Amino acid sequence: MDSIDAAIVNHLQEGLPVCARPFDAVAVTLGISVDELLSRLQCLLDDKVLTRFGPMFNAESMGGALSLCAMQVPADRYDEVAGQVNAFPEVAHNYEREHLLNMWFVIATERPQQAGIVISQIEQATGCRVYDMPKQQEFYIGLKLAV
Amino acid sequence: MVLNEQDRELIAAIQGGLPLVAKPYSAIAAQLGLTEKEVTARLQQLQAAGLIKRMGVVVRHRALGYRANAMVVWDIPDAEVERIGTLLADETCVTLCYQRPRRLPEWRYNLFCMIHGRERDSVLLRLEQIVAFHGLEKIPHTVLFSGRSFKQRGAHYIESISSSGQLCGSRNRKRSHG
Repeated sequence: MDSIDAAIVNHLQEGLPVCARPFDAVAVTLGISVDELLSRLQCLLDDKVLTRFGPMFNAESMGGALSLCAMQVPADRYDEVAGQVNAFPEVAHNYEREHLLNMWFVIATERPQQAGIVISQIEQATGCRVYDMPKQQEFYIGLKLAV
Repeated sequence: MVLNEQDRELIAAIQGGLPLVAKPYSAIAAQLGLTEKEVTARLQQLQAAGLIKRMGVVVRHRALGYRANAMVVWDIPDAEVERIGTLLADETCVTLCYQRPRRLPEWRYNLFCMIHGRERDSVLLRLEQIVAFHGLEKIPHTVLFSGRSFKQRGAHYIESISSSGQLCGSRNRKRSHG
């Protein structure tokens, strides 16, 4: 990853316009051709630096729900439970963390009432209690990850 | 704004990612039997209405060398959450800042922020500086570093309508396996 890749990552996090040729303006700003921008983007996706180029949804405005959940998972069952949790398509990501509550994952559902159903199903499948902590307030953060 | 059936098809077609071509909306339009103009106009409306925040990329912090991903959680008196949450969100190293409910007695913390850094030590040092600068010494807090990451993708909101679509088929299949 070179300085042009880094500039691409920083630029694209801020978003691209929805128009017929959305990559043109960024390519001009970066001083490269659209073809080079696209091939570099493809490499960044292939290298898994980026997961995708696409829409960032506002879950609540979409009528859906997004919640952060945590569980206390016994160490000897950790991999098994991780597999059970990750099998749910509503689980968007899942991290092991160092705490008594040691598994943290996000649940995204199309309808708010589905979140409770998924949580019950996860509790049934794993035998572990799910601590559900939906967002109450978001404090505004600009995009500021410098690569 | 209420999503109609065409919106749902459109969202299903793009939620796994847009094709990396010079005219991605033209490609999506061809897939859905719409015109490019119809696609961009509707997406602009969805964006103006706030359903779509932006068209951008999801960065995997670890792949960029940000290996220390710390969730810093604070137990703040309710009356002070607004003030302190705003302070923390303004810190350059803080990438997310949310108020969430406590789950007593097991979980006392009501403000969550994420700090990404290259190394644990640098994250902890930065946190110390933030605490000292804002006078937060009396606010109980703890740091949960991440270990393994099992799944990292953008949220999907619409069940895929057609997994045979060439542009997003592989991602839809991947999704059904989790």
